[in-house]
Amino acid sequence: MNQSLFELTEKPISAEETANKVANRNAGAITLFIGTVREMTNGKRTLFLEYQAYKPMAEKMLAQIGKELSEKWPGTAAAITHRTGRLEISEAAVVIAVSSPHRKAAYEANEYAIERIKEIVPIWKKEHWDDGTEWIGNQLQTESYPEGKPGKGELA
Amino acid sequence: MITILLFAHLGDQAGKSTVQMQAAGMTAGEMKESLSETYKLKGIYTAMIAVNEEFADESTVLKDGDTVAFIPPVSGG
Repeated sequence: MNQSLFELTEKPISAEETANKVANRNAGAITLFIGTVREMTNGKRTLFLEYQAYKPMAEKMLAQIGKELSEKWPGTAAAITHRTGRLEISEAAVVIAVSSPHRKAAYEANEYAIERIKEIVPIWKKEHWDDGTEWIGNQLQTESYPEGKPGKGELA
Repeated sequence: MITILLFAHLGDQAGKSTVQMQAAGMTAGEMKESLSETYKLKGIYTAMIAVNEEFADESTVLKDGDTVAFIPPVSGG
C-alpha cells in the first residue's frame, strides 16, 4: 500500500484514501478539494484530457507545497494526489486533502495548494476536442493561463 | 553526455521527448538556442528550465551527467 503523501498516479484517485492520509486525532477539520475534468470550456466541448508530468520533479514540487503549507499554517497536514494519462469527463484529476485543528486554516491552506500546483508543478494537460488537440498553457492558450509560467519570486 | 527532456508541445514538435547531447560547459540558455534551431521549437523561450529536477537560471553551466528539462507553462490541477 502506497502511503506517500504527495504522489502521481495513472489510476483513478480515491478521495477517501487521500483524506485518510491526513486524518489524525488533533484534527478538527479535513478539507477535500477534487479537481475534475470539465466538458465545456468557453463553449467548446472537451472529449477527454491527457495529463503528462515530469514525475520525479512533480512529486518533489508537491512535497514542497506541503512544506509551504505547514510553515504558513502550523498544525496543518496535507496530502496531494495528481492523476496522469487519459481522463474522461468528470473524473478527478487532482485531490488535495488538508487537515487542521480548526476549519479556517484547512480551507485556506487547501486553496493555496491548488493555486501553487498551477504555478510550479510540472504537469501539463492536453485537450482533445472533436476538431483537434492542444497542450494547454502553450503559446496559443497563454492568454487564458497567464499564471502558467512561474515567476522567479514564486519558486523559493 | 547531457540528457534533455522536452515536455508537452515541445516534445510533440521535436518528435521525441528525450535528447542526448554532448554539451558540457554550455549554459542552459545556450542549450535553449541550440534546441530552438535544431528542432524549430516554437515556445521554448517561454519554457522554464530545470537542472536535475530543480528550477535553474539560463546562466547555469551544464555538467556531464546533468538532466536538463524544458518546462512549458504548466497546466496541472
